[in-house]
Amino acid sequence: MHRRELLALAAGAAALGLLSAPALAETTLLNVSYDPTRELYQDFNKAFIRHWKQETGETIAVRASHGGSSKQARSVIDGLEADVVTLALAYDVDAIAERGLIAKDWLARLPNNSAPYTSTVVFLVRKGNPKGIKDWSDLVRPDVKVITPNPKTSGGARWNYLAAWAYALKRNGGSDAKARDFVAALYRNVPVLDSGARGATITFVQRGLGDVLLAWENEAFLAINELGRDKLDIVVPSLSILAEPSVAVVDKVVDRKGSRKAAEAYVRFLYSPEGQEIAARHFYRPRLDSVAARYADKFPKVALVTIDDTFGGWQKAQKTHFADGGVFDQIYKPSN
Amino acid sequence: MDSVTAFQYAEPEAFLSPRLRAAAVRWLLVGTALAFLALFLALPLAAVFVEALRQGFDAYLAAIVEPDAAAAIRLTVLVAAVAVPLNVVFGVIAAWAIAKFDFPGRSLLITLIDLPFSVSPVISGLVFVLLFGLQGWLGPWLQAHDVQIIFAVPGIVLATVFVTFPFVARELIPLMQEQGTLEEEAAVVLGAGGWQVFRRVTLPNIKWGLLYGVLLCNARAMGEFGAVSVVSGHIRGLTNTMPLHVEILYNEYNFVASFAVASLLALLALVTLVAKSLVEWRLGETRGASQPDGAP
Amino acid sequence: MAATALLRYLPRRRPSVLPGFGLTLGLTVLWLSLIVLIPLASLFLKSATLGVDTFWATIAAPRVVAALRLSFGGALAAAAINAMLGLVVAWVLVRYSFPGRRVVDAFVDLPFALPTAVAGIALTSLYAESGWVGGLLAPLGIKVAYTPLGVVVALVFVGLPFVVRTVQPVLEDFETEAEEAATTLGATRAQTFRRVILPSILPAVATGFALAFARAVGEYGSVIFIAGNLPMKTEIAPLLIVTRLEEYAYAEATAIAVAMLVASFVLLLAINLLQRWARAPGTRH
Repeated sequence: MHRRELLALAAGAAALGLLSAPALAETTLLNVSYDPTRELYQDFNKAFIRHWKQETGETIAVRASHGGSSKQARSVIDGLEADVVTLALAYDVDAIAERGLIAKDWLARLPNNSAPYTSTVVFLVRKGNPKGIKDWSDLVRPDVKVITPNPKTSGGARWNYLAAWAYALKRNGGSDAKARDFVAALYRNVPVLDSGARGATITFVQRGLGDVLLAWENEAFLAINELGRDKLDIVVPSLSILAEPSVAVVDKVVDRKGSRKAAEAYVRFLYSPEGQEIAARHFYRPRLDSVAARYADKFPKVALVTIDDTFGGWQKAQKTHFADGGVFDQIYKPSN
Repeated sequence: MDSVTAFQYAEPEAFLSPRLRAAAVRWLLVGTALAFLALFLALPLAAVFVEALRQGFDAYLAAIVEPDAAAAIRLTVLVAAVAVPLNVVFGVIAAWAIAKFDFPGRSLLITLIDLPFSVSPVISGLVFVLLFGLQGWLGPWLQAHDVQIIFAVPGIVLATVFVTFPFVARELIPLMQEQGTLEEEAAVVLGAGGWQVFRRVTLPNIKWGLLYGVLLCNARAMGEFGAVSVVSGHIRGLTNTMPLHVEILYNEYNFVASFAVASLLALLALVTLVAKSLVEWRLGETRGASQPDGAP
Repeated sequence: MAATALLRYLPRRRPSVLPGFGLTLGLTVLWLSLIVLIPLASLFLKSATLGVDTFWATIAAPRVVAALRLSFGGALAAAAINAMLGLVVAWVLVRYSFPGRRVVDAFVDLPFALPTAVAGIALTSLYAESGWVGGLLAPLGIKVAYTPLGVVVALVFVGLPFVVRTVQPVLEDFETEAEEAATTLGATRAQTFRRVILPSILPAVATGFALAFARAVGEYGSVIFIAGNLPMKTEIAPLLIVTRLEEYAYAEATAIAVAMLVASFVLLLAINLLQRWARAPGTRH
């Protein structure tokens, strides 16, 4: 009994020690991504593993973690060993770069501002659109409940917010004060803020809360396909924002792990025809013209504004709206 | 008094004769108890299996052997395999100090050992993030030495050790207290050393209590959700335990798979219950045997 | 050795023949400190960096108050339900025999063995409007899932075994002579129960209630699926902590955690004192 206990103790200590040691023989890449990309990266990772085997003969494993974009960014800052980050917006990647984990010039290292695909914000409504929601202006009606995630943790949530703001700016001739009133009214109709885009989709579709979901375009299509075209409809607003989810290699991690070659190949593969095809299949708007042409009719036409034109870039937008004490904190007060 | 006599004299051929009344009360109580238990225990358990098998046995099996699910199972078992022995060793040591000796501060020590019970699992995870996260106290040192605790398996193990900390100790302390020190003292008087006393006298007496504590500890270690959710990186195939995997699948509309993995945990729970009953039965026997006649 | 040297500084304890006191006590305190006390201390230290004013402001924010109210209030309601029905269950298990009694007895411990996440998804699927029970209640206008009622249901589940298990041993050991005496003196069953039995088992019921309450207050896994998690309405305190954590508002999260911990610690102390009172001879009626 005495010996057995000691053995168990030793085994436990050894296990604990082994587990905290760095990488194993086989290269493993960790892709820390935002919330709705689960299905996308499931397919993409399989394709990349195949591709890498063909190119180098090496077997590689790719793991993924999903959650609200800025929550994921903070996890990486907090020590989550990501080789690659594929987040919802450039600002979250910048936050990681600021801590020295990614080179400051990451944005220019890959084509299209390091955004291999784009998306936008659309509305998801119940089948038949019983509340007759056509555009952003319907979202501030007193009888409408809106579901959108928490801008403090979710990237999609911030795109939603800015799209609403952009619409209000356009409608009110560029008045920031009126836009602020509009967005405040919209958030008064929001009963709950989930931490990520997928959480919000679950709330809307599974729990049956709300009349309209502000969703990533790809998430809306996915919801309809997964949960039945007989339950949901997509409504395309008159105006939306061009959302560019950014990808980057986390320099500090790949240099320490020695996985730079694989990590860089991983992000480049997103731009390859095969990668773009996978993205398009999952309802992300591809950049590559050849693929885009083939999927042109799958994506609704919508007038898009960009964050740079309308908001002066992410740094400014984040500081003004989403930082502690910013506009969002001032206007969102959950009430009974 | 009056109500009794009044009742008896007022309605002699009452349909509720005392005997019938007693039987009615009995059936009412039994019925209430069983209904309560059926509603709150049996139904949820049944729901797990029904939902898991909703799409047939093949879908059920596929969900369990799927690589991420298999990795989650492996991780869960690993974490329990580390956490439970650690807490067994601690529990035995603590129970020895507390049950066999009397010293000031004993109550306080027991209360402190019980602390993890009253701490919300979320808080249990939070404390380790505060300690070992990159923004925490030990974070930078850990990073400099390339040691990963939070968002990796060691963090999960630590959080699990924390939440299952009191289980074994709690079982052993009252048991060892009840058993008293007479036998051990006799052994010492007869010349046995410390280890011998423990191994030959105490251990056989407490073995069923120990097993009981191990069962509870293991069930909790494998099923812990809140604490692990906070410290895990939610990396599929790497830092997801079974309960976390259940949540992930649930959030991906994959209800059948979610309930399938959940059903494995439910089966574990049932096995735990059966084992527990067996041990309790043996424990009852030991208790009866170890109490010397005339002991206080 | 250090441990035995420390013994010199300990206040007088009754000398014992048994060996190993210094070593085991030392190891116990060491392990306890490493695993429990130091991590918990870091919690208090972190919230101390907030400063008293910000701490109170955080705790007093409407959303936090609502979450604490739901967690503590729901736990209270659930513990009360468990106290009443748990007493019935314990009574039935001890006093009556019926087919399958031993199975039912073993089954009572299911909430101890079943992971909270599993319970959470199972209860949600049952009580949602499309579920077996929810479907029956919906025509009556009763909504359970995604309401505070759902929170109470989940908390009843996790606290169910506590009262049953604290009352059972007391009932089993109960001397029936007192009952028989009461009956021969002419008391009805109800009077016997109320005047003779109940006072003796009340401490155990109270202990079980407190245990169930303490457990339910911090419960997370089984509640977050069924609750709905609407701020101000169905958001429990542990979930608010996680939300603040995800927003990386660490100090706020720790402030809420500290508030919960202090309340829980007070409860634990009360439980231990209660158990001592219940066990001490001469304080029984």
